[in-house]
Order: sequence, then C-alpha cells, then structure tokens
Amino acid sequence: MGPVKQRIASEDYVTINVGPSHPAMHGTLRAIAYVSGETVLGTDLEIGYLHRGVEKLGENLTYHQFIPITDRLNYCSAIANNVAYEMAVEKLMGVEVPVKAQLIRIIMTELSRIADHIVLVGILGVDLGAFTPFFYLFIQREEIYEIFEWYNGARLTNTFGRIGGVESDLPEDFETRWHELKKGLEKAIDETDKLLTHNRIWMDRTIGVTPISAEDALSWGFTGPCLRACGVKRDLRKDEPYSLYSQFDFDVPTGKHGDVFDRYMIRMIEMQESMKIIDQAFDLYKQLGPNEPLMAKVPKIIKPPEGEVYHAIESPNGELGFYIKSDGTDKPYRIKIRPPCYMIFQAFDELIQGEMISDLIACLSSLNIIAGELDR
Amino acid sequence: MNEWTIAIIKVVFIWSWTLLIATIMTWVERRGSALIQDRLGPNIAGPFGLFQPLADGIKLFTKEEFAPKHAHKILFTLGPVLFAIQAFSAYAVIPFGDKIVINAKEIVLQVADVNIGFLFVLAVGSLAVYGFVVGGWGSNNKYSLLGGLRATAQLLSYEVPLGLAMLAVCMTYGSFSLREISLDQAGTFLGFLPNWGIFKQPLGFLVFIVAAYAEANRVPFDLPEAESELVAGYHTEYGGMRLGLYLFGEYVNLYTLSALMVTIYFGAWHIPYVDMSSYLGPLAYGIVSFLVFFLKCAFFLWLFVWVRWTIPRFRFDQLMGLGWKSLIPLGLLNLFVTAFLIQITV
Repeated sequence: MGPVKQRIASEDYVTINVGPSHPAMHGTLRAIAYVSGETVLGTDLEIGYLHRGVEKLGENLTYHQFIPITDRLNYCSAIANNVAYEMAVEKLMGVEVPVKAQLIRIIMTELSRIADHIVLVGILGVDLGAFTPFFYLFIQREEIYEIFEWYNGARLTNTFGRIGGVESDLPEDFETRWHELKKGLEKAIDETDKLLTHNRIWMDRTIGVTPISAEDALSWGFTGPCLRACGVKRDLRKDEPYSLYSQFDFDVPTGKHGDVFDRYMIRMIEMQESMKIIDQAFDLYKQLGPNEPLMAKVPKIIKPPEGEVYHAIESPNGELGFYIKSDGTDKPYRIKIRPPCYMIFQAFDELIQGEMISDLIACLSSLNIIAGELDR
Repeated sequence: MNEWTIAIIKVVFIWSWTLLIATIMTWVERRGSALIQDRLGPNIAGPFGLFQPLADGIKLFTKEEFAPKHAHKILFTLGPVLFAIQAFSAYAVIPFGDKIVINAKEIVLQVADVNIGFLFVLAVGSLAVYGFVVGGWGSNNKYSLLGGLRATAQLLSYEVPLGLAMLAVCMTYGSFSLREISLDQAGTFLGFLPNWGIFKQPLGFLVFIVAAYAEANRVPFDLPEAESELVAGYHTEYGGMRLGLYLFGEYVNLYTLSALMVTIYFGAWHIPYVDMSSYLGPLAYGIVSFLVFFLKCAFFLWLFVWVRWTIPRFRFDQLMGLGWKSLIPLGLLNLFVTAFLIQITV
C-alpha cells in the first residue's frame, strides 16, 4: 500500500495496474492508478523493473569497457549517452579532443537526438490513437539507423566513440546520404505536422493537458524539452556550451504552458534545429583535410588522475550528467549518472491527479520516460 | 419456386454475402492501412494477400477456446454470441438492390420489407451494447469492465443522434420502410439535384455519419477498445473464435451502417439522371442495381478505413460532450427545420 492510497480519503475507487506490461508503458514502468470512474485520483509509481546496477557495474569495469553499458541507458539515443560519458572522462583526464572527432560526435549526437524525438512524437501519436504518423517518422528513423550501422555496424546500441576521440571517420558519401535523409525527414516532419498539429482532436487531446508551471518544473528538477515547454529557455548547448556548440547558429524553442502539446511542439521544432546543426557541422567538417587526427593522444589503458568530475550534456531528454570519481586506477571508484527522466518522473503523480485515464497515457508519453535511463 | 424457398435463398445469400464482405474487409483494412502508412501489408497468402483472411479464419477456428479461470463461464461466451447475432440480423431489413425478375417472378432484393425498417435497425443495433457489456463483465478483468462501461455509455449516447437523424429522413420521405425510401430517391428535385437523402438532409447526414462512426466503435470513437489505454478494452481476455466473433461482428456492423447510409442518404441503387430500368432487361437490371448499391457501400467501407488511419482518438469526456452537446442539439435542430419545411411546402 503506497503513500497515495493513504492520502485518498474516499474509498470509492478502483485500482488499475498500468504496467509493468501494458501496451502504453514505455519499457517496464508501473503506475498503480487509483481511478474513480475515468478520473485518476492518484498513482503509486513503481520503478526499478529495469534496474541492472549500471552504476555498480561501472566500478568493476575499465573506463573503456563502460562505454557499451552507457548504450543501455536511454536506448533511443545511445550515442548521446556514449558521448556524455566519454566527455566526462576526457574532462577528468584533461584531454583535448581533435576538432574532427568533435564534429563527428556532434553530427552523430544530433542524428540520435532526431531519432529520439521521432520515437517520442511517433509513440505519442500511437498512444493517442493516431497510428499513421508513427510510420512516416519511423521510416526515417530507420534511415538514421542505416547511417549508424554504416558508420560502425551497430544500430541501436552503438558504442560510439572512444575516450579521446572517435574510432573512425565518417563514411565516404555521407554527404549524399545525409541529403537524402534530410529530404525524407523534412517531408515526414511536414506530413506529421499536417496530420497532427492542427487536427482538432489532437489539439483537444493535448492542449491544456497535464500542464506544469515553470517554477514547479524547476523545483522538480525538470531539464530538456519538458522544461523548455514550460517557457524556461535552458539548453546546455547554449547556456554552458561544450564541445563546439558555441560556433553553431540554432534556436532553442520554448513553449508557454508546459502541457502535452507544448512538449510535442518542442520536439517537432528541435528536430529541425538539429538538422540545421548537422548541416553547419558538416560544412566545418568538409573544410578539414582527410588526414586530420581522430583521436587525441591517450594511453591504451586509461588511468585518470585521482579526482572527481561532473560533466553534463544536453541529451535528447534533458541534462544527462556523469559524475566520476577516480582513485587513479584503471577502474572508476564511483560512477553516478544523472538521468533526466528520473527527475521528470517524480512529478508524474502530481501532474496527472484529477486528470483522466487517457491523459495519464498521453502525459507519460510526452514526458518521454525511458525505463533504461530511469532505473539504470 | 414458392415464397419460402425464395426467402430462404435470400437469407442464406445475405448471410454469406455479409460474412464475405466482413472477411474481405479485414484484408482491406490491413492493405488499406499499409497503403496509407507506406507499408506493404499482408501480401504473401494468395494474389495480393487475398487469402490472408482465410488463413486468419482458420487460425481463429483452430485455436483453443480458452476461458480464463476467473471469468464467468456463461457470460464469457454469451457476450460475443450476442454481438454476432445482432450484427447479422440487422441487415435483414436493408435492401441490397432493387428487384430481379426470374421466370416472370419478381423478387425484391431485400430479405424483409417491413414497414418499420428503421425501428428494426435501431432496435437490433442497440443490442450490440449487451455484447460489449456482457463480454466485459464476464471477463472479470478491470480493463474489460472499463471497456464495457465505456461502450455502454457511448452506444447509448450516440443512438439518440442516430435516431434523430433517421427520424428526419422518415419525415422527409413519409415512410419507415427502407424500401419505400429507396424507391423515392429516383429522379431529381429542384430541377437538377438528384432526389437523394444527402441533398434533402445535409445536416442530418452529418449527424448520422458521426453517430454511425461512434456506433461502429471506430476511430475516433474506438474508446471501448482503446489499445493504448485499456489494452484491448472489452475483448482483452478473448481469443480464438470468441474474439473472431467480435472482430467479424464489427465488420458486419460496418457493412450494415454503410448500407444504411447508402439506402437513406445516397439514393440506394439509383444512378443520378439515369433510369437504368429503361435500358436494361429485368435480369440485368437486378444485377446492375445490386452492383451499384454495393459499390456505393464499398466507398463508405473504405471511408471507415481511411478515417481510422488518419485521425487520433477522443477522450471520454470529449466523446460525451460531442454526443450530448453538439450532435443531439444539431439533430433536434435538423428535425425542427425539416418539420418546418414540410409544413410550408405541403
């Protein structure tokens, strides 16, 4: 019996298990919903079904061996996790990564950001009963995964990059491939926009549903698109520019009400902004010669000096931070991951109290809770 | 051939015909959604995957008739049976063509031309509620129960606008018999418009088609089985042929509703400005009228598929709001305007 159940004074409710295996649950989440008719009085949230002890695993693996584990955090955008971890270790070691490697990382991270947002928008549509945009977008996501596969053979869990740089150059005709993908993406985003954004039913289902104010969002620790949807213009790529992001020209979209519609729109616009960044990054990349280094000079066995570091990047979901404490050996003393979902999911119960069962599903979808990242 | 033989042949024909349409509709639904969604859909079994429904049928028939331990044994079976019975009986009063002449004997292409056709369709159609709620209750599952409850509220609410729209049609044509309404739609009025229900009852048609989608449990009104919320709603616990009855019943209902729409709003078997019976022999005319009627139905069947894969789903309060706050007032307004117009023209 959870705390919410004790809080509900009325005895007039039915308990409904939404999850851990339920078509609308993204991964193995579980929300025990107390409903009266169609209205949700409250939920008890159970997390931990996908807990694999990622942080503890890190203490027993060398620095390089931990990269594949980070794939399994937010598996919709594995590359962003890889890059975040690698940058944290590099910061600890004080290594300067070559420009070419940084550009490749930016291109790949933004591609994975698009893939992640595609998953969100597509699944949000499916959860609200609009099945078709899902396919338009997922065909393009498939193309993105083709590019990933082409780069290093992996599609979902990419294990991209190495500490100190990246393992290989972009494939030769990346340019033509990217232009094809861009055309397809623009068309798919446009079609989705036409099918959903101004659809009366879609607007009724999303506008004003589970809104959150900027103050509340900040005090819950929201980051990323969910925070920007409330009108807070915070994007680590702009506010605490890392890598080469300060050189690129892109907008940070913000919403007003922090409702499902704003969260959806932020993602739609961010996909287009990411495409702009990739274009600019690729232009810079083309100016570099083919023999530019891809790796900084790092030893074969990574042994960072004693100390601790926290580095966060703007992952598709929000601030993804890695705290690493090193004791000078080849294995980290402690790794702590700050996933964006964990903070966002705390607010879920408060968001959906008094809303309807359908809104519970819509809200969960729009927050983009990824169990892998949440439970670690 | 005496009357009885003819009646039995008609019953058997319309039974197998609706079943065939329902079967083909599962194929149309899957291929149609694939067409809309840039996919291929089932294309392995037979030409264009046309045998896919057959394979699905065999699969459903040969599956174990499994009932969960906690389900109510009788109600669990009764639910789908009730649903299928109402689905198959509703078509009895709807025509499927004009008439056919064989051996100088005139056969009306309709199982039963009853003078209260409308009421029969409404009455039998509303039995569907029992199928949902009995199935949902008998499953003893919270998702099923919620689905059944949703279905009850939804179907009851939307029967009112459906009835209001049909009532306005009755007033326009002065008859409750679907055959008489069909016959009345020949020729033109105001000199150029076909004498069809849609031109005489445009607002009524709008109300009718929205309510019909809700009655058929299709997107945007598929709340009773909303997969992302209620897993599969009232049929969550079902499998095998019990599930098959629900699925077939749904498609049969689609066909019935399409046929009803064609009969009362789209001139039944009439082609505008052309009087077929004057060009064709009696036998050929019967067949052509059947085909014309069916093609019109096919369009509405496709519309059901098209809409399903295009728009999202309503929320429950929005669904109720639309039914009670928009459709019923519109239906009533339509009724009053119709009555007023009849008063000043007659």
